[in-house]
Amino acid sequence: MSATPVLALRGVSKRFGAVQALTDVDLEIHTGEVVALVGDNGAGKSTLVKTISGVHPIDEGAIEWEGREVRIGRPHDAQNLGVATVYQDLALCDNLDVVANLFLGSELRTASVLDEIAMEKRARELLDTLSIRIPSVRIPVAALSGGQRQVVAIARALVGDPKVVILDEPTAALGVEQTAQVLDLVERLRERGHGVILISHNMADVRAVADRVAVLRLGRNNGVFDVADTSPEEIIAAITGATDNAVTRRRARTATKEEAK
Amino acid sequence: MSDLAKTPLDKSATAVDAEPSAAPAAAVDPRLLVREQGFAGYWTEFLRKVRGGELGSLPVVVGLIVIALVFQFQNDKFLSASSLANIAVFTSGVGIMSVGIVFVLLLGEIDLSVGSVAGVGAAVWAVLSVNHGWGDWLSVVSAVVCGLVIGAVHGIFFAKVGVPAFVVTLAGFLGWSGLQIWLMGKEGSINTPSGSVVEDLTTHFFADKAAAYGLAFAAVLLYAGSQLLDARRRKGAGLPSRPLSEILLRTGVLAVLCFVVAYFLNEPDGARGLPLALVLFLAVLVLADFVVRRTTFGRQVFAVGGNAEAARRAGINVDRVRITVFAISGMLAAFGGLFIASLSGGATKSLGGGNTLMIVIAAAVIGGTSLFGGRGKIWSALLGMLVIQSIQQGLNLEGMASEIQYMITGAVLLAAVVIDSVSRRTQKSAGRA
Repeated sequence: MSATPVLALRGVSKRFGAVQALTDVDLEIHTGEVVALVGDNGAGKSTLVKTISGVHPIDEGAIEWEGREVRIGRPHDAQNLGVATVYQDLALCDNLDVVANLFLGSELRTASVLDEIAMEKRARELLDTLSIRIPSVRIPVAALSGGQRQVVAIARALVGDPKVVILDEPTAALGVEQTAQVLDLVERLRERGHGVILISHNMADVRAVADRVAVLRLGRNNGVFDVADTSPEEIIAAITGATDNAVTRRRARTATKEEAK
Repeated sequence: MSDLAKTPLDKSATAVDAEPSAAPAAAVDPRLLVREQGFAGYWTEFLRKVRGGELGSLPVVVGLIVIALVFQFQNDKFLSASSLANIAVFTSGVGIMSVGIVFVLLLGEIDLSVGSVAGVGAAVWAVLSVNHGWGDWLSVVSAVVCGLVIGAVHGIFFAKVGVPAFVVTLAGFLGWSGLQIWLMGKEGSINTPSGSVVEDLTTHFFADKAAAYGLAFAAVLLYAGSQLLDARRRKGAGLPSRPLSEILLRTGVLAVLCFVVAYFLNEPDGARGLPLALVLFLAVLVLADFVVRRTTFGRQVFAVGGNAEAARRAGINVDRVRITVFAISGMLAAFGGLFIASLSGGATKSLGGGNTLMIVIAAAVIGGTSLFGGRGKIWSALLGMLVIQSIQQGLNLEGMASEIQYMITGAVLLAAVVIDSVSRRTQKSAGRA
């Protein structure tokens, strides 16, 4: 792990009218590291991601890229820095084939004529290195399954060779096997030296792939944990804001029931 | 009851299982569709596509053949030289306008103003060249640029202000025809000066037989050359390529088509050779097809038509694409208007009115371009126009009244839209839309 984080947020705040969505949030991402961003609904995860990807510029605080302060005002700025975001709705064009989707917005071309052969070749190489298997790179995305779309969307984020990849709930809509495939892919991203921000509600997924867990609560930092030496209870306590919460109470209840048996 | 509920499930399950097992997929996921080599593979792929609702140009090609056979059977003049040349000349103007509509339909939008814009284009040309004595070419270019600006204005209202394209162009439909009537002044018509560029648009024929044959030969040669080159480059890059047999078959079909048309334009009694109008229409088609399929702009048009939000997030300037597409539509409408003026002997108050708009949109849809955006081909403008014009020509030869022609054209349009909707639904259920 490198000493300077590739991406660091320092005291970031964001307000929407009367709503203080983020207050003084810090976050660090190193290369070759998967940071899970967790928190309850409305904790500010999506807002935080949108400030990094340039959809919502920050009000206060600073964003540092490889130790240097930068301004991210538009999605384009984030892309130029090397931040790629895979949104929950995937943002794929169903009518275009896999190659066209992978290179959408960054087509390989001479003058303005598309170089289909180079794109198809690179698409195949990219999908091969990520061990992604899809029927053909020339079928419309509409013909792919949910899991296949998810991996295509992630592969699409990698076309520009970004340093940081943000995945917004990549496993939310997937079955058991597809989830495993996506988690495999996340690990491969780490091996390739990308910094990964993974937003997830699924504690099992987070513990399976993340190195660190950053918890947001009501728009503020509520602790950063190393996954290896933190129990799920501690993380859940941080998410809900108390050791006495709905999750622990339920667990205690079921535990006493077990004992009663 | 439970049996009833079960049967369709079982059926679909076996259908899914049956297909891949036919494919020789050894190391890959057995669910993947792997195409067999050679013709057998293409045939099964074709059948699979048709079953999945990816009809493409199939219905319209079948329709054209049926129409030609029916009318030829009724009246053997239908497939004669003069009749074919007529179809070629009559289709070119509205066909060029229809190419513009295909662009707009690919965005998933509609342009209702093309008829009026054609009228304004013709009026601008006539007023400038006849009343103001501007040069021939200068007034033609001015008319086309005028159409481009009008289209861009529609595009700006649609993309930047956010007014639905339907309403913007409906307003344009009324407003621009008002401008056209105002431009044409009291007399209401300006005749085409003899010997002018616009007159030549539809009256000039390349009488030299070498012209038609040469064009056919060049088209076949270029097609075969580009296909072979593409196949070689793909092979060189280690990608699957079209087999030689398929390239030869495609080239053969194209060659037969081209040379039959060239023969009918050249050889029979009364044949006048290759019409300039057809050459220009084909040039617009080839150029537009290249732009749509092979350039970044074309890719952006498809992306915006398929999922505008995804296109925006991919860094595509959606507004610019939309404005450009409407500008293209306006430009081609004005250009087509000059053809109509040439055909009817001059610009009039009512040029581009009547059913012009409907024919232009109908042609694009009949040709197989989806009304729902993101799917279609430039060539559908030609195919659809051929269907409509063949029906009109055939019914004219039959001496059928125009009210019957309207009804039949309307029925064909309805059939085309039904095919589009049904094939879209089939594609959805086959997981391909």
